[in-house]
Amino acid sequence: MVNDVNFRPWEDPEAAPLIDIANVTKRFGAFTAIHDLSLKIYPREFFAILGPSGCGKTTLMRMLGGFDEPTSGSINLEGEDLTGTSPAKRPVNMMFQSYALFPHLTVQDNIAFGLKREKMPKGEIAERVEQMLGLVQLQDFAARKPHQLSGGQRQRVALARALAKRPKLLLLDEPLGALDKKLREATQFELMGIQEQLGCTFVIVTHDQEEAMTVSSRIAVMKQGEIAQVAPPEQIYEAPASRYVADFIGDVNIIEGHVSAGGESRMSLSWREGEPELVVETGIGLPRGETAWLSLRPEKVSIATTRPETDNALQGKVLDIAYLGNVSTYHVELANGQVVKAQETNAGRSGNRGITWDDQVWVGWSAEAGVVLTS
Amino acid sequence: MKPNRLLMAIPYIWLLVLFLAPFGIVIKMSLSDLAVSIPPYTPQLDISEGWAGLRALFANLDFENYAWLADDPLYINAFTSSLIIAAVSTLLTLLVAYPLAYAMACAPRRWRGLLVMLVILPFWTSFLIRVYAWIGILKSEGLLNQLLLSVGVISEPLVILNTTTAVYIGIVYSYLPFMVLPIYAALEKMDGSLLEAAEDLGASRLSAFWLVTFPLSLPGVLAGCFLVFIPALGEFVIPDLLGGSNTLMIGKTLYVEFFSNLDWPVASAVAVVLLAILIVPIFLFQRQQQKVSEQ
Ligand SMILES: Nc1ncnc2c1ncn2[C@@H]1O[C@H](COP(=O)(O)OP(=O)(O)OP(=O)(O)O)[C@@H](O)[C@H]1O
Ligand SMILES: [Mg+2]
Repeated sequence: MVNDVNFRPWEDPEAAPLIDIANVTKRFGAFTAIHDLSLKIYPREFFAILGPSGCGKTTLMRMLGGFDEPTSGSINLEGEDLTGTSPAKRPVNMMFQSYALFPHLTVQDNIAFGLKREKMPKGEIAERVEQMLGLVQLQDFAARKPHQLSGGQRQRVALARALAKRPKLLLLDEPLGALDKKLREATQFELMGIQEQLGCTFVIVTHDQEEAMTVSSRIAVMKQGEIAQVAPPEQIYEAPASRYVADFIGDVNIIEGHVSAGGESRMSLSWREGEPELVVETGIGLPRGETAWLSLRPEKVSIATTRPETDNALQGKVLDIAYLGNVSTYHVELANGQVVKAQETNAGRSGNRGITWDDQVWVGWSAEAGVVLTS
Repeated sequence: MKPNRLLMAIPYIWLLVLFLAPFGIVIKMSLSDLAVSIPPYTPQLDISEGWAGLRALFANLDFENYAWLADDPLYINAFTSSLIIAAVSTLLTLLVAYPLAYAMACAPRRWRGLLVMLVILPFWTSFLIRVYAWIGILKSEGLLNQLLLSVGVISEPLVILNTTTAVYIGIVYSYLPFMVLPIYAALEKMDGSLLEAAEDLGASRLSAFWLVTFPLSLPGVLAGCFLVFIPALGEFVIPDLLGGSNTLMIGKTLYVEFFSNLDWPVASAVAVVLLAILIVPIFLFQRQQQKVSEQ
């Protein structure tokens, strides 16, 4: 689903959302954890919620799961108001951040727990448990207790248990937090495969923007209890709605300036006394004199020792070079003190292309490389 | 290495000097015969005769007293009655203690320390005084009867003192903290998200309790049961003060043999049998504790 470019239900006004969060506010005493938040999540989506610590991600998930009730506003599932429905009665399951596996039950009994509660016949339970164990590749561990498993295995049991009831919506609160990078990446793809196979809707909370970019159909970036932007990963990255989003996802150069010449598609941005104006291609027309910010990803900025043939070219001095193996990031200080980051792929074995600290260099980018932001 | 071994030896030396050696003496006494002498049994070890004395000692030991215990229904009745009273009062203590411990574990964190303090507060007064206080409460013109009479629930004073009921009340009251604390400890360390997970998977509050909370508190429940059952089985003060002559318990029988009948050999035999009976639950308790610490 996620990889299918035609899967864009949020663009279809006819499409019925699975979850409709309408003007939800959640207060803890005087503190507002979620502020007037509205969001629609569609069937078969892999929806990621991203945001800094304390912005309300877990609070939002807990309201979806039924562990907390909104102070105001409503949450609808397939058009039905969930307010007052206990977690036990919602077709929603949660994979807990701490896994919350029952320590006194074996792996298979953990997975069967929810099925037994809905009084499924014994034979079917055994069948479903077997299927779930296969899905997370834990067939050989069915009889073990959670304390006899590794962290990664426990996490899979938690996933299998949450999926066993075939929920319409699966909530994952930082499910891969405890895993190392390799296992994490492998598990991300497993998750995507499982989601596609079962066809249910996933909402995942994560701190890790790369994870969100990898797995999700759409990402919601949260800021202090509100949503800053909801969009597919490439759009979040290439067309952030605000400096906050641009800064939160990936590395970015933010250059502040004033619109000096407007125009529907092209405009120039005067940004510092004595520096040439920047030429920017934009989709939006902005009034002359307005303050605007140019958001520019480092990998779209080139670096050279001679003046490049790009729309924009500025001269500066190399302040720092960060060698990251596959790429190198150059921090270039312009004449007025602004630092611009330029990233180059290290195609050859010796990646330094003759540029070193304190060299005078040129950075350049094309008119369509950046995005103009007004907030 | 060496100081370590020395350190490890301390508990064993302790056990040897303060338990095994006296217990050896008790066993020996239980194999002796009653005699009019000081101390009141024979044979006695005559060290001046050396090996011969030791051999003479062993030649005169026998199992007569144990046979006596097995023959006289008084002792068998005392043992079975003790077992029943200990088992029933353990169950009663559990029924009172579990809700208490549960409420403590559910209380806001800042209250819990105070609540634990309150549970162990009675220990600040002597056990004996507290049991005596129950006489004042339970006797026919005691506080309880006065209260019930004045409220009009009863028209005749209830006879509680000097019955088995009074013994149950005394044991439940005295041993309650030993049951509450381990259960509380087990409940308190339970991860709250387990209950949320159970609910998320479709369990009602009640079934979440029986399927998750209760099984996870079982180690505490078992520990509490052993901590109550083991001392209750040999309890002497409570049946003596509250149970009167109507209650038959092995601790009391032991006391009577030792101090009224001055039959030390039979009393020792009773003590040895009591310990033999206790070894089973003590062993089970050890095993269970080990299993808990392994998890
Ligand atoms: N039960 C509660 N009582 C009071 N405040 C709460 C409660 N739960 C959450 N909060 C507050 O609400 C805010 C949002 O919390 P939440 O747990 O949703 O953050 P989060 O985005 O999940 O953070 P993290 O990434 O660290 O998990 C925090 O400031 C937190 O202190
Ligand atoms: Mg959280």
